Amino acid sequence: MLMKKLALAGAFALGASTAAMACSFQNDVEVRSLSAGFEAWKAVTDAMAECGNVQAELDQEFRTKQPAAFAANPSLYHIGGVSNGTITPLLNEGTIRPLDDLVEQYGQNLADNQLIRVNGNIMAVAMMVNTQHMMYRSDIFEDLGLEVPTTYDEVLEAAAAIQEAGVVEYPLGATMKSGWNIAQDFVNMFQGYGGTFYNADSTPGINSEAGIQALEMMQALTAYMDPEYLVSDSTYVQQQFQQGKIAMANLWASRGGAMNDEAESQVVGKVGSASAPIAVAGNAPATTLWWDGIVIAANIPDEEAEAAFRVAMEGLDEEMVTANNGDAIWLVPGYQPDEMAQGAIATATSDPAPASYPSTSQMGLMHTALGNELPAFFTGEQSAEETLAAVEEAYTAAAKEAGLLQ
Amino acid sequence: MQRSVWNTQRPGGARLKFRTFAAFVGPSILMMLLFIAFPLVTVFINSFQVTNPVFTTQEVETCTPGFLTQTCTTEVKTIPVIGDDGEVVTVTEWVGFASYANVLGGERAMSALAGFDFGALLRIDFWKALRFTLTFTLFTLPFVLGLGLAIAVVVNNAARHIKGPVIFVSLLPFIITPVIGALSIRWLFYGDGIVTVWLEALMNTDLSIAANGWAIEFLMMFYRVWHVAPFAFVIFYAGLQTVNQDTLESAIIDGASRWERLRYVVIPHLMPLIVFITLIHLMDAYRAFEEVIGFSSESYRITLQYLTWDYLTPDDAGNRAVSSASASAMLTMIGVVVLLAAPLRRTWRDHRGA
Repeated sequence: MLMKKLALAGAFALGASTAAMACSFQNDVEVRSLSAGFEAWKAVTDAMAECGNVQAELDQEFRTKQPAAFAANPSLYHIGGVSNGTITPLLNEGTIRPLDDLVEQYGQNLADNQLIRVNGNIMAVAMMVNTQHMMYRSDIFEDLGLEVPTTYDEVLEAAAAIQEAGVVEYPLGATMKSGWNIAQDFVNMFQGYGGTFYNADSTPGINSEAGIQALEMMQALTAYMDPEYLVSDSTYVQQQFQQGKIAMANLWASRGGAMNDEAESQVVGKVGSASAPIAVAGNAPATTLWWDGIVIAANIPDEEAEAAFRVAMEGLDEEMVTANNGDAIWLVPGYQPDEMAQGAIATATSDPAPASYPSTSQMGLMHTALGNELPAFFTGEQSAEETLAAVEEAYTAAAKEAGLLQ
Repeated sequence: MQRSVWNTQRPGGARLKFRTFAAFVGPSILMMLLFIAFPLVTVFINSFQVTNPVFTTQEVETCTPGFLTQTCTTEVKTIPVIGDDGEVVTVTEWVGFASYANVLGGERAMSALAGFDFGALLRIDFWKALRFTLTFTLFTLPFVLGLGLAIAVVVNNAARHIKGPVIFVSLLPFIITPVIGALSIRWLFYGDGIVTVWLEALMNTDLSIAANGWAIEFLMMFYRVWHVAPFAFVIFYAGLQTVNQDTLESAIIDGASRWERLRYVVIPHLMPLIVFITLIHLMDAYRAFEEVIGFSSESYRITLQYLTWDYLTPDDAGNRAVSSASASAMLTMIGVVVLLAAPLRRTWRDHRGA
């Protein structure tokens, strides 16, 4: 975190000196932003900083800080970096403002596709899409004469073949760290098997055929993973790839750029991407679609909101995308999809296409319950049925306390 | 002595004395009320109350970007009602012991208890956390005391010119920030950590430390002992300076061995300090938290304090279980009181006896 701040301060100082060149206007209003800390946000906030007086905070814990920070009056931040998963509390509590006027005035360069509308009002401006899709070592697949798997059964076969050949330490990697990550992995698989998380009356629906199938498939996959998979988050899987320890993973598209980062990666040019595998024939790929973008706080004066929006537009311009093309699957005009983007594009355009992450109050509770209870299944303490029953019980207790269930 | 000086300097100053006393103690009582008593009462009340937003169901059209085109979906969403003042409307209800029942595992716990199925009971978060926290606390205690005393005795007998450096090195683990200390031990063992690689080479096998609950449990305890033993050492070392030399010498003349002197002279002398360290350690270890974060042990081992924190952390939709967190915090406090009862009673008895 300190390093990030230092790096940012450096970028900020650098940005200030070249402000006149890179930014189309000189920003005099102090603008603060809070977003996640992955590559794309670094690129965007650096570009915003070029306008001057921008203080960007990049923090992977942003999701827990944002709701309270934006509910303050005046809001602690002007710009928020959100995804479709984390925008929910801001929308629910009315702490972000409609952007229609600002888009009309300053958003000429935005594509219509970028405007996130809720009940007709523009509430956010998306900058990129993200999804977990298949990344694989193309050199290994070529050497062994393997086809890139399109279903999870084929993933298991390919993993077995790679293990047989013994070319990597572990054939598979997965973002299965207990908590948010393992819950997200289950959400992907569960949707792939066509499950429904909760019913119309908010009662849980997870203890179903699809739930058991999803858990069983996840367990089958773990046989080919580093046994320490319950502490393995996105960064860990990314490093496993970079260090040539794994051959396949269903990993976030936003991590693709790091595979070809010569400073970190030993597998530059050897990682390919393909659509997320399918769990059941005829269903959508077992993954969820996400977008990341910016919102502007409601509890700030209009002038500050205007300045913040203008700064954000500078951060999301074509110039930024051209300079950081490989860092994300950008929605901003000027983006040239590269090799690494093929997987995400194939996933999103498959037919039927995977659903976007179902962001609701109920889903927030479900995600937490899954993250807390699922590990017991993988450590062998509980059967699949017992685990899903425990998830339902944890969800029900939390939903009652949250007022969603009576 | 103190009192007589006080009285002669301020004759007939009973009122003044009280005022001086109040002026000295007042600020700290105020601070204690403000920062300890008031939050405690709030937590206590919160544990019997549930505050939640008023929800309504509404059809919401959401448009999200795809490639080239947007996908708009209309669905019925449950969203909180926002009042005229722009704030979310909330209701607060008294729920009695419902949040406590929730933390303790509700019906699942009842059926496990009724069937004497301790395996099922220990799969419920609270009981799992209680089992680990108690083991953690009680198991580390003798090691902290023993190691602390051992270092103190060694340092006390060390040559004068190396005492300084030895004390400094012994204190280091206590000075290091807890999370940093936990992380550095984690990095030695997790994944391809240096120690793991050595052990693998030594035993010619493939080890995955972080995939074993017991190994993580051992590392967490090892870390705690490593971190806290210096505290015990400092206290014991101070205590050793006050051991009566005459008694020690007469013990030597009576032919007591080094061990007998430690057992019958030094340890009885240090007894009040042993009780003191025990009290502090029980309190601290029962509230263990850094270990869970530092060793990412959530899948295998959690502590009661971690459970409270987990209830309090908002999820992506912004829900947090404040009432359950309060109940969990109260239960932790009750646990500390129960744990401290035995050593405290002993101190009280000694105090009255003296």
